[in-house]
Amino acid sequence: MANHTNFRRMGRQVLLYLAVLIIIFWTVAPYLWLIISSFSYRIDLLQVPLRWIPARVTLDNYYELFFSRGGTNANASLFLRALGNSGVIASSTTLICLLLGVLSAYALSRLKFPGSRVYMVLMLIVQMIPPIAIIIPLYVILRRFELLDTRYGLILVYLSFILPLVVWLMRSYFGAIPSELEDAARIDGCTRLGALFRIILPLSGPGLVSVAVFAFIAAWNEYLYAFVLTTAAAKTLPVLVGEFSTKLGLEYLRIAAAGVLASLPPVILALVFQRFIIRGLTAGAVK
Amino acid sequence: MQDRVKFSSQRGLGLALTIPTLVAVFGTVLVPFVNSFWLSLHRRDIGRPHLDGFIGLGNYLKLLQDDRFLNSLEVTVVFSVTSVILELMLGVAIALVLNEKFKGRGFVRGLIILPWAMPSIVNAAMWQWIYNADHGALNALLSQLGLIDGYKVWLANPLTAKSLIILANVWKETPFTVLLVLAALQGIPDDIFDAAKVDGASAWQRFWTVTLRLLTPVIMVAGFLQLLWGFQTFELAYIITGGGPASANELLALRIYTQTFNSLRFGYGASIAYLTGLIILIPSIYYIRAAYRSVVEY
Repeated sequence: MANHTNFRRMGRQVLLYLAVLIIIFWTVAPYLWLIISSFSYRIDLLQVPLRWIPARVTLDNYYELFFSRGGTNANASLFLRALGNSGVIASSTTLICLLLGVLSAYALSRLKFPGSRVYMVLMLIVQMIPPIAIIIPLYVILRRFELLDTRYGLILVYLSFILPLVVWLMRSYFGAIPSELEDAARIDGCTRLGALFRIILPLSGPGLVSVAVFAFIAAWNEYLYAFVLTTAAAKTLPVLVGEFSTKLGLEYLRIAAAGVLASLPPVILALVFQRFIIRGLTAGAVK
Repeated sequence: MQDRVKFSSQRGLGLALTIPTLVAVFGTVLVPFVNSFWLSLHRRDIGRPHLDGFIGLGNYLKLLQDDRFLNSLEVTVVFSVTSVILELMLGVAIALVLNEKFKGRGFVRGLIILPWAMPSIVNAAMWQWIYNADHGALNALLSQLGLIDGYKVWLANPLTAKSLIILANVWKETPFTVLLVLAALQGIPDDIFDAAKVDGASAWQRFWTVTLRLLTPVIMVAGFLQLLWGFQTFELAYIITGGGPASANELLALRIYTQTFNSLRFGYGASIAYLTGLIILIPSIYYIRAAYRSVVEY
């Protein structure tokens, strides 16, 4: 009898670990294959049957993205420019959203003023409006103000979907901080904004980090707006990866290398700050 | 008197702090959203400007008889509903496994976030490479496992192309459900399961009567949000098959894009876009109401 239960428990354990292994394989295998491909020689990947772990590795695919070789220097400068655009646009968007979002969220969580509830609802509704429904007028508006294919134009458009999320999330973080501390500081002669910067912000460090990571990943990964609203000068990395895979047809390995590089910042940020992100995801979705 | 001064200063500060965000959101979302509707009431073809003008609901009436549009609508509904069902089933299953105790649990839970963090365009390019007919990993894997005789051109067949695009979407979107469900599972006290155990419920019964019931709210939220996102999917179909074969994967977003920016029919494109926006926005009212209530209570 005791043996029987032991046996069942062991069977359960085996099944559990098997399930975990399948989950790991399912999650990692496709991405791992992209990484392996990006370090492979073309000729090795064309073999049938395919060898999953290549016998030799190369940095050629990456090298070609950064440095010109022979007649392909156009590609190299394209890649560097896209990388620069993505970095500048994602960081600027994050900073602007944090600044404006923190101020609004503070007002919404601490101050009584007319329209504050309508404001919160508005921030939610706005998040539900799909980009595809507003992209045509945005294109027309940006063209009129000569902001098509500029970093400014794209940053402005990115505020549309990142800022409401930042306000919503920051408000829930601020709401969780007891207002007694702030009251004490104000009795000591601190102004409201002084209290925000000296008391509330230092206390909401994790919240700020999580919101900043969210904003950066959202801006860095965005494709549709960048694809429609930029053509050359302000083209971002996702647009370039998309172009590679629709136009470079046969250059899979360079696409793989560009794909790995484009995915590294968000993937690393997400893995490092996973705790913050999970908290943000649940706060954003359930609340 | 003092109260009034205090209130008015709160009011002034409140408005001052919130107006910059309000202006940004008005300018980048609400104005374009209204403008989109206005545009959809016009005929506006960049190729034939002499025919431009106000046509009321003309574009919408034309949509009802436009087979390509109706096809896109059907493709999008099938794509997003199938994706959501698979994401929820898989997501709950994975979350239940990761909620058990095993060695390296923290590490595996962290790993789950990887597909979520990837840019969707890289996801699309990655699966396009895996599905490649001549050198793709899918053909290599299936033939090495002895499941197929020779390499197949998966993306040439409408049904397999649809399924594979859904698979690529499910891979990327499932982690979101896993993370939400996992967080909810951790909030369920163990006593509830113990009580059910004492009552003699089997593991299977406990899952259906206790776990699933407690998870229903979170599953609804995850499913709803993913349905929204599924409805807007663009890059997967655009990159993997360009909407093909034929129009089998021509999602609404893709149709809007080609009508507007390739055929340059801005008015007509705007009417598809606006209709898509409404289809998404109307069920959102339910979600917005629930979210708003949770804010007001707290």
